[in-house]
Amino acid sequence: MTQAQAFFNEMFDAGGVRGPYQQLQSWVDDMPAELRSLKQAEAEALFRRIGITFAVYGEGGDPERLMPFDMFPRVFAQDEWRRLERGIIQRAKALNAFLADVYARGEIVRAGLVPRDLVYRNEAFEPAVVGFTPPRGVFSHIVGIDLVRTGPNDFHVLEDNCRTPSGVSYMLENREIMMRLFPGLFRENRIAPVDGYSEELRRTLASVAPPKCDGEPTVVILTPGAYNSAYYEHSFLADLMGVELVEGQDLFVEGEFVWMRTTRGPQRVDVIYRRIDDAFIDPLCFRPDSMLGVPGLMDAYRSGGVTLASAPGAGVADDKAIYCFVPEMIRFYLGEEPLLQNVQTWQCARSEDLKYVLDHLPELVVKEVHGSGGYGMLVGPKSTREAREAFRARILADPGNYIAQPTLALSACPTFVNEGVAPRHVDLRPYCLVGDRVTLVPGGLTRVAMTEGSLVVNSSQGGGVKDTWVLSE
Amino acid sequence: MILTVHHRTRYTYDRAMRGVVQTQRLTPSRFDGQSVQAWDIAVTCDDGARMVPGGSFRDGAGDLVQSCSIVGPVTEVVVTVSGTVETVDLTGVLRGHRERIPPEAYLRPTSATAADVSVADLARQATDGVPESDGLARAHRLSEAVQAAIAYRPGVTRAHTTGAEALALGEGVCQDHAHALIAAARCVGLPGRYVSGYLQATENGTPHEAAHAWAELWVAGLGWVGFDASNGVCPDDRYIRTGSGRDAREAAPIRGIARGPGTEALDVTVAVGQAQQ
Repeated sequence: MTQAQAFFNEMFDAGGVRGPYQQLQSWVDDMPAELRSLKQAEAEALFRRIGITFAVYGEGGDPERLMPFDMFPRVFAQDEWRRLERGIIQRAKALNAFLADVYARGEIVRAGLVPRDLVYRNEAFEPAVVGFTPPRGVFSHIVGIDLVRTGPNDFHVLEDNCRTPSGVSYMLENREIMMRLFPGLFRENRIAPVDGYSEELRRTLASVAPPKCDGEPTVVILTPGAYNSAYYEHSFLADLMGVELVEGQDLFVEGEFVWMRTTRGPQRVDVIYRRIDDAFIDPLCFRPDSMLGVPGLMDAYRSGGVTLASAPGAGVADDKAIYCFVPEMIRFYLGEEPLLQNVQTWQCARSEDLKYVLDHLPELVVKEVHGSGGYGMLVGPKSTREAREAFRARILADPGNYIAQPTLALSACPTFVNEGVAPRHVDLRPYCLVGDRVTLVPGGLTRVAMTEGSLVVNSSQGGGVKDTWVLSE
Repeated sequence: MILTVHHRTRYTYDRAMRGVVQTQRLTPSRFDGQSVQAWDIAVTCDDGARMVPGGSFRDGAGDLVQSCSIVGPVTEVVVTVSGTVETVDLTGVLRGHRERIPPEAYLRPTSATAADVSVADLARQATDGVPESDGLARAHRLSEAVQAAIAYRPGVTRAHTTGAEALALGEGVCQDHAHALIAAARCVGLPGRYVSGYLQATENGTPHEAAHAWAELWVAGLGWVGFDASNGVCPDDRYIRTGSGRDAREAAPIRGIARGPGTEALDVTVAVGQAQQ
């Protein structure tokens, strides 16, 4: 970006160091360069020992990478966080209300507030669960909301993740590692803990036990297996929650229930936190060639024998075209005004929007409607003419598959770089849990674009992570 | 008309299987055109195995879904359906059927019902000159066009043949007619779906299969209307409707998976008769 100060700096404003970062100023000032590189090496060793890696595809070579970890924390004051929290909880409630509605009477569609075709012809809309109400009416039990900050009080939602948002293991590990590296920081600052997340997740999952469950519900995590890029997170969460991590072959349906093979014989399973896509969870209902799922699972689910989290079909709420209507959902279901803003979005499916997008490609970020992870997107200001022309052809070939947004001035947070400390752009993904109650741990995953000026924070595109602090009163 | 159904599906395995899981759509739909007088579904297996009934529920399309599992070792599973249904001729209209899935959801193709250029051409030519407001006439034209383009001939297509492939072949059975009709209807914006059920045999030699399938197309103002392109008619009182879906796989009377080393063999007998009044 050419205009160096056109973004909000989370640490410094015109008056100097902003409140939440006061303590960190002396921390960084007092840190000798040798100590810093020592600590950085220690952090990397810790990550390697724990084995936290992620996979990057399409670049050749070994896809396993170590996530770059930046030791400079990102800090929210208590009042900043309270405002954010209200907005996030509001949004998670509205998204779930929308899902419960479109799989039942579809009142929001009948009211003309969301186009019928956008919902019912959506590839994430799942006819197999129409008319079925999951326990407590919850479809998305873990809602990951991607936020960017553009000013002291301005937060925008970039996208919602209602299926299986990943990355929460980084939130927990980043904190763990910061506490090991800099225990003094945690004595000097009152930082709200995040380690209650796994217990709250377990409690949330247990609270949506199916109607046929009597007694203490058995919760498991269903993973596609060790080759999945988020396998580490699946095993990490199972470990923290004290529940079994299973693959499809470890489960079977007998009669009305799902059972897990154990060394002490079959054990009934009540709640499955599944990290497998809808299409693969049951070859009798969805893709018949799936080897990852459990035959008969959907019948057990739809007859109240087991709960699936997230509910199959939840993806229709986090589609990038549906996203535009979330503010309407908040007004329609909750009767409230949205506390978090959406980013202005042009839908290439509309001819006037398409024309605008094609005329303004150098200024816009263009994304695939169903894309994720920073793949298949064009960042206009950073693109070459050739890249834009190639992208123009792709948009024209299938306009409905693309949306565009203005290039946002993402806030920046101090980050350790070779030359010292410099601002780098960040976003935030908090994880909202929805069960018998809606809760949010004080923190989230802060992703940081490690390259100067870069606005792409995805780990697959060279982004790193930071510990995220919420200060107590 | 009062129709009696005897439908027996026998699965055998050359080596004992550890277990079988099935999901069944074997119960007649509830609508004004048919009422069940008696209906029984029995699942049996060899002595060493154990059948455990699974959950049952009515899905968003209004179908009654029942599941069951068989705990092995199992070498044989027999599903026997028998019953009596009183039917009324509603000229194909699915009147009084309760369901929740909006018709737009049937505009999404599956691999069996995806259209290609030939299907799209057939759909355009068939409906050429028929105003969009006259959905019923367009649906009839489409059904006639599919019947003319795909000759009824058993044995040339297989379970996984798509509607577009059957059209290219020019031959097929009821499943192929239904898939091709659904694909063609979507090309002109009409939602379509696959229906499985039974058809009473007639004496005059028109092609038929007692275990039958046809398509339903969504006609504004009328709702879902059945079209049997294999026989060139709309379903009447000789038909019994059991299940529906976006294609044959979704609407299948029985979908099952067996775990184990054996190879499956399938034998189906269906008899649909008219009861003495």
